[in-house]
Amino acid sequence: MTPQEIENLAHLRRARDLIDRDYAKPLDVPTMAAKALMSPAHFSRQFRAAYGETPYSHLMTRRIERAMALLRAGMTVTDACMAVGCTSLGSFSSRFAEIIGITPSAYRAREHDAVKAMPACVAKSHTRPARQASSRIEEVRTIAAA
Amino acid sequence: MTIALQFTNVTVTDVDESIAFYRDALGLEVQNDVKSGDHRWVTLGTSAQPGLGIVLSDPYAGRSQADGDAMQEMLTKGVLPMLVFNTDDLDATFETVRASGAEVLQEPIDTGWGQRDCAFRDPSGNMVRIAQAPAA
Repeated sequence: MTPQEIENLAHLRRARDLIDRDYAKPLDVPTMAAKALMSPAHFSRQFRAAYGETPYSHLMTRRIERAMALLRAGMTVTDACMAVGCTSLGSFSSRFAEIIGITPSAYRAREHDAVKAMPACVAKSHTRPARQASSRIEEVRTIAAA
Repeated sequence: MTIALQFTNVTVTDVDESIAFYRDALGLEVQNDVKSGDHRWVTLGTSAQPGLGIVLSDPYAGRSQADGDAMQEMLTKGVLPMLVFNTDDLDATFETVRASGAEVLQEPIDTGWGQRDCAFRDPSGNMVRIAQAPAA
């Protein structure tokens, strides 16, 4: 990797850290892009190439991961939605259901014994929702099978 | 029969730049410095845990170009596993590390499971968490 490529990736990492830290604030893509010293369009493309999802998608998965922790602790769906920086209950619920597969209220009512036994920093990564994204290993398998 | 951790490896982009973080900011001592070709392995440790060496080396040390590139990419993206230290004075350690210019990920906070900790990025992008040690 060239020093310039490393520098660009480090800028993207700083923007990702900003999202992870300030997810509850009203973050928009231009603010994230400014942290990465890039134009919003270039930033979105570069971020997606590096991390496999768009910056906005990363923000929403981060918010939903935090909302899941609040719901497990017994917070109401409306309060959890607002606490993680989402302003529309409808879009929060539909995004939650799209990623997790069940509604926030159904998730809140479920048993959470295994997650309670983990330290929060482990639960954060283990419960982080993941979209079905491309995988280099899967691509190789697909090519090999063809 | 006993077993203990003796060495752990931390991959860094630039060993010199990282010594400033691990030695000068965190307060570890350099115990060994080995050069081989273009690469360098620097071992740091602490009197609080004698016998444990933390070895810094670059992503290409002992690896192929392709593996080094993959390691370098993950390192810079900040997705390699974190390192967790503890200290008997979290607030003082946090201020020292912050004053060194390190990227702050999280100021000291009480976590939900009864631990107080803070987090930084080292100069290469590794997540370094520092926890308050339990009272003796």
